[in-house]
Amino acid sequence: MSFVDRFRQFDWDDIALSIRSKTAADVEKALSKSRRDLEDFKALISPAAEPYLEQMAQASYALTRQRFGHTMSLYIPLYLSNLCANACSYCGFSMENRIKRRTLDKQEIEAEINAIKLMKFDSVLLVTGEHETKVGMKYFRQMLPVIKPSFNYLAMEVQPLEQDEYAELKSLGLDAVMVYQETYHPSTYAMHHLRGNKTNFEFRLETPDRLARAGIDKIGIGALIGLEDWRTDCFFVAAHLDYLERTYWQTRYSISFPRLRPCAGGLQPKSIMSDKQLVQLICAYRLFNSQVELSLSTRESELFRDNVLPLGITSMSAASKTQPGGYAMQDVELEQFEISDDRSAASVESMIRNKGFDPVWRDWHSAFSGVV
Amino acid sequence: MLKIANKTFQSRLFTGTGKFSNSDLMAKAIIASGSQLATMALKRVDIDDRQDNILKPLIESSIQLLPNTSGAKNAQDAIYAAHLAREALATNWLKLEIHPDPKYLMPDPIETLAAAEQLVKDGFVVLPYCHADPVLCKRLEEVGCAAVMPLGAPIGSNKGIASLDFLEIIINQAKVPVIVDAGIGAPSHAARAMEIGADAVLVNTAIATASNPVAMATAFKFAVESGRIAFESGLASQVSHAVASSPLTSFLEL
Repeated sequence: MSFVDRFRQFDWDDIALSIRSKTAADVEKALSKSRRDLEDFKALISPAAEPYLEQMAQASYALTRQRFGHTMSLYIPLYLSNLCANACSYCGFSMENRIKRRTLDKQEIEAEINAIKLMKFDSVLLVTGEHETKVGMKYFRQMLPVIKPSFNYLAMEVQPLEQDEYAELKSLGLDAVMVYQETYHPSTYAMHHLRGNKTNFEFRLETPDRLARAGIDKIGIGALIGLEDWRTDCFFVAAHLDYLERTYWQTRYSISFPRLRPCAGGLQPKSIMSDKQLVQLICAYRLFNSQVELSLSTRESELFRDNVLPLGITSMSAASKTQPGGYAMQDVELEQFEISDDRSAASVESMIRNKGFDPVWRDWHSAFSGVV
Repeated sequence: MLKIANKTFQSRLFTGTGKFSNSDLMAKAIIASGSQLATMALKRVDIDDRQDNILKPLIESSIQLLPNTSGAKNAQDAIYAAHLAREALATNWLKLEIHPDPKYLMPDPIETLAAAEQLVKDGFVVLPYCHADPVLCKRLEEVGCAAVMPLGAPIGSNKGIASLDFLEIIINQAKVPVIVDAGIGAPSHAARAMEIGADAVLVNTAIATASNPVAMATAFKFAVESGRIAFESGLASQVSHAVASSPLTSFLEL
């Protein structure tokens, strides 16, 4: 049993239609409840909920404060490699893009760590493309022990691995894994993932199951907004979360909602999501689940991030560079995607304080990481 | 006066350090509450740095530090973390928290009992966060915990004393102090816990997330004091109907 079995019971078109058919009465009913289900979530992301945005934002703000208080966690991505054997239409690292490729060695990683530690971060997200031979388990086995001593919380966003491989990485200090399905629409997924291991839709869809069975502390899920109708894709994210929480009750979950941005490949989104709709989605996720962590990256603009911060978000990246070696080295080329908010960590920190929130650099102790 | 292990406390209101919008406000609220003991998550503070923005104001105000093991999912993690905290913070006081469930943060009774037993042997003053389970509280007492900290309602829920009937049993049969922890959302909830005889309450979310945390801390201070005075003065018991004017036993007087 995995989410794939649950997934097969859903019909994309039925769900898309059901979301579109939600009425103002459905939205009001969803808003009046204290515990909400997937039908309520559909109502809250439907066009019928648009006039209720302010009410949703107020409720989302209150729920988030009750659970997370006036705090905002901060993390930074650390790109280790842009080598990739996948061809994906939307990604700057796609094998078909003629870009300079680099994989950081131990000394280069140490230089990156030093630059990151000067910015105060204690939570890091390791990112790579997918290249089994050069950036696979052998590389991770060598590099995690170099990185973990500097960070209490260590997350990864790399190719999907097997359960025993995740268990091994956990013993080296891995705390969290982000694995976004990109889209839950199988044929659209096939259209955007043309070559490489990433073409395997179901293996990717089952990754959170393997992660949870391996005892990873936190799993991040999400859809890349723009590949398909965002409402239906985000319904699947909520359904995935619902399944995971019921099945693996000891795991923490986080949701991201990256919007497709211009990259070296230059793909135009199929479905455009406005700022207003992204706010609606963030509030809907919060009203559906008051405990889930919601993460906002520097893909979004300074103005948008500053204003959406109190409405449900629990963690933010800052000062991100999306190319390997970006923090310590100057030859900045070949980023995965363009950053919209390029402020320094210190300036994001002071913005958070000015908004009346406590910036949290550290919210974990490596004693809880299961390092063997 | 409340005595736990070898320490006495004038205030029966214990506080937390999470969820405040800044450490200055946290310090002001804790001082306004009159609290002499505050808990902090080991994962959230830099225990090796006395300048840490949560630790520094507490140390300066001579507040008893109660490091907690929030984040631990089993006894082994909690025991390891407890030793790190004792070494760095030079206190053997510990709030033992083991919640493998990250959604509702429900305490694990089996792991908590196992860890408590070991930590007491290791010389800690153990205050375990636990469910309002009278048998579990007796078992925790028997392995040597200095107090028990049963929950009033799910943590952070502000729902008040939802576990009232069980708390009354726990208080009634306890030989160690009972500190009602979690779920207290309003000063009236804290007063209620004190009226039924709780020795202390621990409040965090309701103070930290109030519009004015310092004023709310003051309100809790008064509520806890008045609830305690009410308990000590002997609350009049509630009666649901009037006393019969013709007593049923008056025939015995004939």
